Amino acid sequence: MSSLTQSGTAAPQGESIEAGHARQKNLSRIGLAVAIVAVAGLIAAPFFVYPVFLMTVLCFALFATAFNLLLGYVGLLSFGHAAFFGGAAYFAAHAAKVWGFEPLSAILVGAVGAGLMGLAVGALAIRRQGIYFAMVTLALSQMIFFIFLQAPFTHGEDGIQGVPRGDLLGLVDLNRPLNIYYFVLLVFLFGFFAVWRIVHSPFGHVLQAIRENENRAISLGYRVERYKLAAFVMSATIAGLAGAMKAIVLQIATLTDVAWQMSGEVVLMTLLGGMGTIFGPSLGAAVVVTMQNYFATSDVPVTVIIGVVFVLCVLLFRRGIVGEAIRLMKR
Amino acid sequence: MTMLFGIPLPALLGQLLIGFINGSFYALLSLGLAVIFGLLRVINFAHGAQYMLGAFTAYLLLFYTGIGFWPALIVAPLIVAAISALIERTMLSRLYDLDHLYGLLFTFGLALIIEGTFRWYYGAAGQPYAGPALLSGGTNLGFMFLPNYRGFVVVASIVICLAVWLLIEKTRLGAYLRAATENPQLVQAFGVNVPLLLTLTYALGAGLAGLAGVLAAPIYQVSPLMGSNLIIIVFAVVVIGGMGSIGGAIVTGYVLGILEGLTKVFYPEASNIVVFVIMAIVLMLRPAGLFGKEI
Repeated sequence: MSSLTQSGTAAPQGESIEAGHARQKNLSRIGLAVAIVAVAGLIAAPFFVYPVFLMTVLCFALFATAFNLLLGYVGLLSFGHAAFFGGAAYFAAHAAKVWGFEPLSAILVGAVGAGLMGLAVGALAIRRQGIYFAMVTLALSQMIFFIFLQAPFTHGEDGIQGVPRGDLLGLVDLNRPLNIYYFVLLVFLFGFFAVWRIVHSPFGHVLQAIRENENRAISLGYRVERYKLAAFVMSATIAGLAGAMKAIVLQIATLTDVAWQMSGEVVLMTLLGGMGTIFGPSLGAAVVVTMQNYFATSDVPVTVIIGVVFVLCVLLFRRGIVGEAIRLMKR
Repeated sequence: MTMLFGIPLPALLGQLLIGFINGSFYALLSLGLAVIFGLLRVINFAHGAQYMLGAFTAYLLLFYTGIGFWPALIVAPLIVAAISALIERTMLSRLYDLDHLYGLLFTFGLALIIEGTFRWYYGAAGQPYAGPALLSGGTNLGFMFLPNYRGFVVVASIVICLAVWLLIEKTRLGAYLRAATENPQLVQAFGVNVPLLLTLTYALGAGLAGLAGVLAAPIYQVSPLMGSNLIIIVFAVVVIGGMGSIGGAIVTGYVLGILEGLTKVFYPEASNIVVFVIMAIVLMLRPAGLFGKEI
């Protein structure tokens, strides 16, 4: 698994430990600066860019960030994350529309539902390693797809339409574009910070140890399967948070969000932006969503473009955008 | 009317036959996947696209050149194999030294490109493809009516599976292949051209998918997305069987096709998911798969 991600923290050979630490500090300072600029930009953005587009990007950015928690930091490639994203969208849409929940509770229903699905899928999937893990998650998510296709509450091919945005906690009217934008931005920042916190906690360091050398982590006495399962559930929950938010923003939950193509898209976003980096997946999501918007109105089929980017990334550009940037800065 | 378990016998046998035919395709496809995985350690996500490519090649051969089913049965898989060999040589072979997940991701992108392109040209709708005149009509077996072509598909798939099994288990080429699976460096040191062996193996697996596609063309319609949903079921079949053995992949394919057919009789709502449910159960009881050894 070690060749999967070129760890961002490894010091170049022949460098003293002190220099390595200084370099590391430098990088995290740059990271902090990027974060501040990005948040400022996101606060100002709705005055310049169409808010619904921005909110879609934020939903996918959170989705990819959650996915990266597994792929980038535990080295587990889940090919079924659409089940959690799309499943949570259905739960949230149902809670908001049929049960009349206010938006935040509806989103929480979605995220918790996705977490429970993650517990079931994860418990089965972690019984196999590497490439089998990818196939098991793909197959289980396809099963979930068929269940959603047939369950009456999802309305099959129609999906759940006309989901009300409602009043946040009964106070803030989310039908106003700026209100819902800042709500989405807050939820995104919360999810993003949660992932950052997990990665930089002692728990997160164990996860990265498992990624680098699973056998060694086992021999050190870590119950590896528990760590993997916990990471899987966290990733599924945050992916669910993103999916539930998308259902409230776009006011619709459909089969597209649970289909395997969506699982592929989130892999691409993470790969393109840079797996195992904090900012990479969000950047990748922004690029992919922009690309889809751009090519949706042109003659060129989006699937082919996505496939080409996929192939190019795998062949030439495995570190992703942020990964390459970090490598250049380390020179 | 004869009844069995409260189900009319013809209905039961009819679904069993459909299950057996589906199982034939599962077996052919999981066989190809297992052959490729055995040597290359790549999960060939493009397998469904190559299956579709086989069916489309047969369709296009008929449409533009009038070449019928029998020649297409040979030519189309060769074309698919040649294209796949070219892709392996120029691109896929660069990824062997990396984590195996990159092979999966590369072939996933490849599948998107191939299927997206065909969908762009031909739309999502299916194109009908006439089977061979020789096999039109059907035979009354007394207890049920068997369309000749479907009987042919069942026989053909069994013959092909056996032939590939013999090729790998009993011939010199197969011996090289199995040896290279165990220890490629050593086999290379003995003077066997291992990179060529890898290319041939990928072409063989892809050609098998193409062959399955030609066989499927007269039964299912030829459509750009015919492979993409099938391939996920075949992945589940492969997880159930375990990738360790060629024979295991074949047997699991047939058994699951038949089980799926039976589910359609007894509990139709679950027929879409029965393979995945079985996979979940197998994972709980025997994580390495029925015939597999942990790699």
